[in-house]
Amino acid sequence: MATLQTPAPPAAGDEELRRQLTGAGLEPRRKRADRAMTVVVALAFALALVPLVSVTWTVLSRGLERFDLYFLTVSMRGVFGGMDAGGIYHAILGTLLITLFATLISVPIGLLCAIYLVEYGRGRLAKAVTFFVDVMTGIPSIVAGLFAYALFALVFGPGVRLGIAGSVALSVLMIPVVVRSCEEMLRLVPNELREASYALGVPKYLTILKVVLRTAIAGIATGVMLAVARVIGETAPLLIVAGTIDSINTNVFDGRMMTLPVYIFGQYRQGNVSCVAGAADCIPTINFDRAWAAALTLILIVMALNLLARLIARFFAPKAGR
Amino acid sequence: MSLTPTRRPEGAEPSLTPAESMTHGRASLANRAFARLSTASGVTILALLAAVTVFLVIEALPAVTTSPAELAERISWFPETGGILGYVGPLVFGTLLAALIALLIGTPLAIGIALFISHYAPRRLAQGLGYLVDLLAAIPSVVYGLWGSLVLAPRIVPVQDLLAQYLGWFPLFDGPAAQPARTVFTVGVVLAVMILPIITAVCREVFLQTPRLHEEAALALGATRLEVIRTAVLPFARSGIISAAMLGLGRALGETMAVLMILSPGFAYSFALLQAGQHQTIAANIANQFPEANTAGVSTLIATGLVLFVITLAVNMLARWVVSRRADFSGAN
Repeated sequence: MATLQTPAPPAAGDEELRRQLTGAGLEPRRKRADRAMTVVVALAFALALVPLVSVTWTVLSRGLERFDLYFLTVSMRGVFGGMDAGGIYHAILGTLLITLFATLISVPIGLLCAIYLVEYGRGRLAKAVTFFVDVMTGIPSIVAGLFAYALFALVFGPGVRLGIAGSVALSVLMIPVVVRSCEEMLRLVPNELREASYALGVPKYLTILKVVLRTAIAGIATGVMLAVARVIGETAPLLIVAGTIDSINTNVFDGRMMTLPVYIFGQYRQGNVSCVAGAADCIPTINFDRAWAAALTLILIVMALNLLARLIARFFAPKAGR
Repeated sequence: MSLTPTRRPEGAEPSLTPAESMTHGRASLANRAFARLSTASGVTILALLAAVTVFLVIEALPAVTTSPAELAERISWFPETGGILGYVGPLVFGTLLAALIALLIGTPLAIGIALFISHYAPRRLAQGLGYLVDLLAAIPSVVYGLWGSLVLAPRIVPVQDLLAQYLGWFPLFDGPAAQPARTVFTVGVVLAVMILPIITAVCREVFLQTPRLHEEAALALGATRLEVIRTAVLPFARSGIISAAMLGLGRALGETMAVLMILSPGFAYSFALLQAGQHQTIAANIANQFPEANTAGVSTLIATGLVLFVITLAVNMLARWVVSRRADFSGAN
């Protein structure tokens, strides 16, 4: 603590004491450094808002152009060149289905794992599980995609593209998030509730099912929503295992499936269309326009999930005893 | 409900409480089944991680065992010389380079933001401001890619030109700066934005955990706010900051779409950040080649994915280890 100076004893009178306490008597250098730091820190925060505002503004301004009911309700089947047509119905459907199945896989495993960690976990196994759940949150999404591909390629042969493979890839990314948030929520349940239940002679598994889970259900729902919001925007694994397709596919167990993020990337990659001079039905930037509108849709879905999660947390939280 | 003392029937075990006697019957079976089930789920996590490793190794094996010459013959983008290591090398270099740039830009910024939220902003606003930063994490990476290549890349050209003009003598900023800024520099900036939320969130947590007594002691000694931060907050938070940065590094290493959409790829060991067509990262390369790759190509790509997996795993484990070591200490305050 070399930088701290011992203040002079306040013997110099009231005036001196007040100056020291209010900081008016600081050396100019220290004062300037303090001010400078305040400015730097505020600037850092302002700087972080620049990309946030810029992304939001661009997505809104460029995306709203094509964002209408038609765009949301047709697929890309039979759309080519610079045609002023085509939409994202197939991609929305694919995203919802793949994410739904990912949730169906991750939530039971994640929730039970959290129950194990909170209610049963002792000793080395519990420590290992905690550690590796943390490590798992860091798995790159593309590696999850490769894993799902490797798994399904062993069964169905190379070149496999399935919606459910996408769900498996997403659930690898989702499980650790679900475990973390559920664990946190279960730990918030007061021990008195458990003990009261035991005291009434309720066996442990019923205590967990009827008391602990019921108390934490709002928090768990919130955590699951946030986990869904996190994986619904994943692109790389789906690009690898779910593939791309222009028409509607509602069967996750058969064939390729389009998803919103992959759609955005696909449109971006097709780039500008070269139109013949005088062509009536041709927009050069149509692909980028579609990409921005799809990006707007995706962000709206993510935001809606986030909002829903917070609303659940607010309205269904157990009333605290007061 | 009235509890009246009842006489115990003759011959019953006197030591049994009602709860215990219940767990001896059907309930005990369900009890044990439930315990087994949840333990099995815990084990599933470990099995899953092991399965990821095993399946990647199985699929990557052909690429490692096949001779480089044959691979080069069967895969159009495989280098003639150098073999699989020669192929992965530049990719690892590019991955590390992009992630390091992101870290160098992102960490100081995130520390500043976290300090602003924890120590400078008005108490009442702090939570809302933190939520604002968290919103950055809610934006999908493909949207960052779209934004980076269509909005940021054209605007960052003047910055690159300035760097090349005045700092061009330094190898990192060797000019001429690429005109559409599809460079690793732009990628680094976008990745920095993407890892800001996680670093900020961890730093904020740690800063808020600074023992109040330390801060108040510093204040009582006449320290300014900056001096409180330098003498009480930062020393306490050092390991937390390090692990936050490493978590961010793990994110940046594995990021795919932003890199894929912004970077103009190349396979060189080059430090020229402002030139295009020099670098490529493992993740972006996989996403780029995978959809059209043949069997040998897929195997090679999975081998590179395995390398990425090992690198990120090592970084994350190190970060978690630093965090857990810190947890042992923090109780002492």
